[in-house]
Amino acid sequence: MKKVNLEVNGKKVSKEVADHTVLSVFLREVLNLTGTHVGCDTSQCGACVVHVDGKSIKSCTALAADLDGSKVTTIEGLVTNGKMHPMQEAFKKQHGLQCGFCTPGMVMSAIDLLNHKKNPTDKEIRDWLEGNICRCTGYQNIVAAVKEAASKM
Amino acid sequence: MKTFNYHSSKDVKEATKLASSNSAFLAGGMTTLPSMKLGLASYKDIIDIKRIKKLSGIKVSGKTVTIGAITKHAEVAHSKEVKKAISSLSSLAEGIGDPQVRNKGTIGGSIANNDPSADYPSACIALNAIIHTNSRKVSADKFFTGMFETSLKKGELIEAVEFQIPEKSCYQKYPNPASRYAIVGVYVAKYKSGVNAGVTGAKSCVYNDKNIADALSKNFSSSALDNIKISSSGMNSDIHASAEYRANMVKIFAKKAVDAC
Amino acid sequence: MASLVGSRVERKEDKKLLTGRGKYTADVTFAHQTYAYFVRSPHARAQIKNVDTSKAEKASGVVAVLTGKDIVNDKIGGLIAGWRIKSEDGSDMKVPAHPPLASDSVNYVGDHVAVVIAESLDEARNAAELVKVDYKILKAVVKTDKAMNSENIYKDIPKNLCFDWLLGDRAKTQEAFDKADKIIKIDLINNRLIPNAMEPRAANADYNPSTEEITLYTTSQNPHLARIIISAFNGVAPENKLRVIAPDVGGGFGSKIYPYAEEVVCSWASKKIERPVKWVGDRTESFLSDCHGRDHVTHAELAVKNDGTFLGFKNETIANLGAYASVFGTVTPTYLFGPCATGVYKMPAAYSNVKAVFTNTAPVDAYRGAGRPEATYTIETLVEKAARELGMDPAEIRMKNFPTEFPFQQTLVHSVDSGDYNAGLKKAMEVGDYKGFAERKKESESKGKLRGVGFCSYFEACGIAPSAVVMSLGCGIGLWESAEVRFNPTGNVTVFTGSHSHGQGHDTTFAQIAADRLGVPIENIEISHGDTDKGPFGYGTYGSRSLTVGGTAIVKACDKIVAKGKKVAAKMLEVNESDVEFKDGEFIVAKSNQKKTIGEVAFACYLPGTYGEVKSPLPEGEEPGLKETSFFDPGNFSFPAGSHICEVEVDPDTGNTEVVKYTAVDDFGTIINPLIVEGQVHGGLAQGIGQALYENCHYDDTGQLVTASYMDYTMPRADNFPEFNLGFTCTPATSNPLGTKGCGEAGAIAAPPAVMNAVMNAVGTEVSMPATAEKVWKACQKMNKSNSKAA
Repeated sequence: MKKVNLEVNGKKVSKEVADHTVLSVFLREVLNLTGTHVGCDTSQCGACVVHVDGKSIKSCTALAADLDGSKVTTIEGLVTNGKMHPMQEAFKKQHGLQCGFCTPGMVMSAIDLLNHKKNPTDKEIRDWLEGNICRCTGYQNIVAAVKEAASKM
Repeated sequence: MKTFNYHSSKDVKEATKLASSNSAFLAGGMTTLPSMKLGLASYKDIIDIKRIKKLSGIKVSGKTVTIGAITKHAEVAHSKEVKKAISSLSSLAEGIGDPQVRNKGTIGGSIANNDPSADYPSACIALNAIIHTNSRKVSADKFFTGMFETSLKKGELIEAVEFQIPEKSCYQKYPNPASRYAIVGVYVAKYKSGVNAGVTGAKSCVYNDKNIADALSKNFSSSALDNIKISSSGMNSDIHASAEYRANMVKIFAKKAVDAC
Repeated sequence: MASLVGSRVERKEDKKLLTGRGKYTADVTFAHQTYAYFVRSPHARAQIKNVDTSKAEKASGVVAVLTGKDIVNDKIGGLIAGWRIKSEDGSDMKVPAHPPLASDSVNYVGDHVAVVIAESLDEARNAAELVKVDYKILKAVVKTDKAMNSENIYKDIPKNLCFDWLLGDRAKTQEAFDKADKIIKIDLINNRLIPNAMEPRAANADYNPSTEEITLYTTSQNPHLARIIISAFNGVAPENKLRVIAPDVGGGFGSKIYPYAEEVVCSWASKKIERPVKWVGDRTESFLSDCHGRDHVTHAELAVKNDGTFLGFKNETIANLGAYASVFGTVTPTYLFGPCATGVYKMPAAYSNVKAVFTNTAPVDAYRGAGRPEATYTIETLVEKAARELGMDPAEIRMKNFPTEFPFQQTLVHSVDSGDYNAGLKKAMEVGDYKGFAERKKESESKGKLRGVGFCSYFEACGIAPSAVVMSLGCGIGLWESAEVRFNPTGNVTVFTGSHSHGQGHDTTFAQIAADRLGVPIENIEISHGDTDKGPFGYGTYGSRSLTVGGTAIVKACDKIVAKGKKVAAKMLEVNESDVEFKDGEFIVAKSNQKKTIGEVAFACYLPGTYGEVKSPLPEGEEPGLKETSFFDPGNFSFPAGSHICEVEVDPDTGNTEVVKYTAVDDFGTIINPLIVEGQVHGGLAQGIGQALYENCHYDDTGQLVTASYMDYTMPRADNFPEFNLGFTCTPATSNPLGTKGCGEAGAIAAPPAVMNAVMNAVGTEVSMPATAEKVWKACQKMNKSNSKAA
């Protein structure tokens, strides 16, 4: 067992977990933050993307113990004072989600893109989203949502 | 995944001391963790080396670029120094996996794993890299020994990779549509002494394609490759690409790389 | 009040899904939860000689280990085939037993052998490795086209043949062929796909020993069907003691229409151990054990006159059912496939013959489009080939054979109520700038690329389905849909529907319909679905049916509400009912300013009597309350149609093929929410283009699934697509009051032939799906050789 100290969505948490606990399990099973989803076993689908110290990573492929001392932001942490993040608003406006399962990872990944690049082109958005698989939307409205958010952020 | 004892080491000595025949070093974990999750690998001890400061960072001297083993792909991709010295190397890093993999995966991890379709090994071959470990320096052509195999000994740890700055270089790959690893990737680098052509994805282990390298050493232009024959013997064949197709792609992507230099 | 029907209303369900507040089955954990892990067959075909669970039972945290013997002892029934198909010779189809846990034999890699239930998932998984199964490995039957000539998998099913089905008239078709100027022939493989909803399947069953009730949370498109099957066929619990909840579900695409072994086993096991049992599939399990789609081998022929007129069509198909007959496995390659095989054309004579075979692969069932993509791919590649061989423009040959009068009696089954196929194709050519293709081709050539254009005109039969019709064809259930519209006393509304939303946006679209019909603001309407304890029995969501069938049930229930409301309003206003009109949420007395809002009327219905100022009279004989139910059984299928035009660019050096332009013009009848409909088209196109260029399920000769992860199964990603151009035409359906036809499957139906026709147009020779870089490269090499020979 390992003691893991993290700041998750602005709150300090300290939990004793098995050494092999990955971050997605830590978030979902230990903290009950079930907004982070797990859609594959090979680190490809991206449904589990969260931010660690401001950068997007796949939480299914990171040990909680290894992140000791980090700041983690999940999809639940984007809402401030009941107001959605501009990226979340844009996904709603542009119908960038259908079943919603890939959405949390997609949103977290897209925010990381805009942190790097203020006004990405369609191609840059599509290339960046290489690590996020969506089976519902055909991606078109996701691209539109990211562009919309870029104009608002 | 099967449980293990997690250790976070602060220095190389501690890390190598913990190593055993049933342990693995953990850097980005981009291959180690999925393999463990799928039950393809299990270890008694996982030795996290990410907090060893010495293993991180990028140094550019007049002739070489040295990248610490735990430097992430994103750091190499965005490094102004690397871009200036060997821009093809930062482009290669920018094209590894996806943004999340690049935010976590490391050069040392990629090289130690020596996946036959990984990108970095081709850079090591093409750029006359010297791999610095905790106990020795070994040249890339002696480092990569086979499929997922290197000359690393048990408990030996990569500290840094030193690349020789070329006159011109370029890496071009044809990604597997599913995994996005290279079906074929060719890294061409031109030095005064001659040209290297590091090829990944095509065979069970990265290699320097002598036919291509010799032809380009004589005449560094894509037309120099028009008449060379790439044999498909020894090339990988799987559901994504036959050996014959890979052989053709090696030539095509070598030409693309030269044209883009 | 402005009508909401036709407007781009943002989705009501989005906020919860965007903020991590959705609730999917894997998110549900009960007190005293246990975790299940399945022991699955590593072999494609084997006899089970012995299962030794003794070591696993003693492992840390293990609560129970259950096997096929326990299933037999407890008399738990097998999984069912929902549709009986008769062979051409009149005999019934032959299906093998399909126990939820195998006791005698396993028949595909991933088949269920035992379940380990433990205090934690890790413990269950570790103990599962200790279950020792003694197998006698048998030779696997894997390939679709070889199945009939292989060893029999099941001893009472000769040639592995489930049925040999015929639709149409062979003799009449032959007569038509005898008169033809030319016969166009084609051999096709419709590649096997793995649905891959992003949410892996999951189940969590909670048995309460004191009430003897099981509550089953499950990833289902169709919770009512799951309940009746698990109850009536598997015999786990009586229907009134089984509550099935399908909460937020992360996509289905057909693969979650029916219950699988895991739901049955978790429910049964929960009852046995008197604790909740949770199973969450990982992606590998999804690949191995979700039902797959497509997998046809087809030979088809089209008889034509030299002027391009179609005379007849023949289709001989072998369809792979996998190891067992799944719920919709047998109808998909027959009644969902055969009737659409002649496409959008006048075709004087035709037949479709389908031989369905068992193999040692995962069961095959409905996947987006189910049968109709296979049919459309066949006819549309054949038509394009006919155009090539006759030297006609692909649009011209299509228009020549389109019906122009509706209703159109289609050759094999359907009477198509409405459509305008010419208008659709013309609009597609405009929106897609077909005229400019030659110029674009030149541009591509200047970059060393080959450019091709491909057409597809399709129709499909959906809005599934008129019960009497489908039951006469062998369907074991009706396919009507239910709705209950419940006014709450304070005037807001809850609508219960028997359909299920797992991405389709019913919470919004259905609320738009009810809001318009009742004159209640959309914010005051909630749509409730996915819980068998709430609302009446229904048939779930698939086959582009929910709006057309379920939406109509809502309309009908709303109309009943208004009818009762009129009576109550008349009494309240002390006028005759015939003097009351209903408009925009108000009951108005003609030629006066007297009125009651529907909210006031609802309140009166719930508080009939006088209390201080409140006077709420009910007409004599009327019951209190304001809640109405409707069960709508459609009189016909609905028939969306459209024309898609795809342009691809091929790099002849590598064979890499990119869709560079894609135009889809569809006729879905009336559109309720264009925002949602466009999203459905985009998603369907991605799956259709995925089938054409990327996706392929591959088993090796021993029956091992090679494409068992995203490392090997190509899921289309954002960078695989251009921006799609969409357009719409509208001929309202006449078979339902909304005029809607259904939009969910169109993209997946139309895209594969449009893309493949474009690929073949670019390279000049036939290429099979998926058109991977290597296949296209080989085709280019072949053409180079034949061109240089010709030169």
